[in-house]
Amino acid sequence: MLEILFLMAFGILIGVLLRGKKRAVFWVEKAILWSIFLLLFFLGLSIGGDKLIMASLPSLGLNAFLISLGGVAGSVLAAWATWKFLFNRKRIAQ
Amino acid sequence: MRTSLIILLFFATGLLAGTLDILPAAINGKDLSTWALYLLMFLVGISIGADDRALEALKSHGLKLFLVPLATIIGTFAGVAAIHLATTNLLFGESMAVGAGFGYYSLSSIIIGELHSEALGVTALLANVMREIITLLLAPFFVLWFGKLSPISAGGATSMDTTLPIITRASGNEFAIVSLFHGMVLTILVPLLVTFIVSLI
Repeated sequence: MLEILFLMAFGILIGVLLRGKKRAVFWVEKAILWSIFLLLFFLGLSIGGDKLIMASLPSLGLNAFLISLGGVAGSVLAAWATWKFLFNRKRIAQ
Repeated sequence: MRTSLIILLFFATGLLAGTLDILPAAINGKDLSTWALYLLMFLVGISIGADDRALEALKSHGLKLFLVPLATIIGTFAGVAAIHLATTNLLFGESMAVGAGFGYYSLSSIIIGELHSEALGVTALLANVMREIITLLLAPFFVLWFGKLSPISAGGATSMDTTLPIITRASGNEFAIVSLFHGMVLTILVPLLVTFIVSLI
């Protein structure tokens, strides 16, 4: 777990040095996209081969739906409070 | 939007290949995906570091900008904690880890799948895709019911890219910077929060 955070911190440092180098950043974005493609393909691959997970897909889906609903509902309510009590009065969004 | 579809297509293709068992056993991705995750985190770090738009937004708008992502984080965790009672076979920390994806489904599902379990990785993928879709569909209604910041919060980390066009259409162009900043803060925080919460389970 720590290695993930270290790698990201190290990346941020390199990224700061790369600021303004559009070409390099373009290739980094492309590489990110392809790593995501590859990793999600592998995630799919091992899930497809796992009968237990495949059988429980409907209940995983229901849990996912509930969590997304809870997360969205909670955040729009918190955003509403922020809007009403802070932003709307001072209108910093302009 | 198109990229999201391609990402899901790769997942679906993997799923199909796994179900049909058509790939040789040597290609089981386990070691490779650990290394690919390391590479991905390094690259995500670079793209965050190289992007100075968040800093620029902060310079022109001040620290108050942080209130929006803060509201999203508090609201999301409170909402997920409340609905956790309705979920089945999930530990509290597992629900929270999935919620901490804030719509960033590719990265959160990969990290959770790698560090915790594949089943929870799929849950994170589905839950966070749904968060993006709900935002895309309901953004105009959110503005009516909960004010102009609400579609930004609902979009989570996606408010800087995939849901940005819908948000500016629903809330107005003057919210583009708030939305961008909000998405960037959450994009940085997703890997940190997900990894941290998973380590507590």
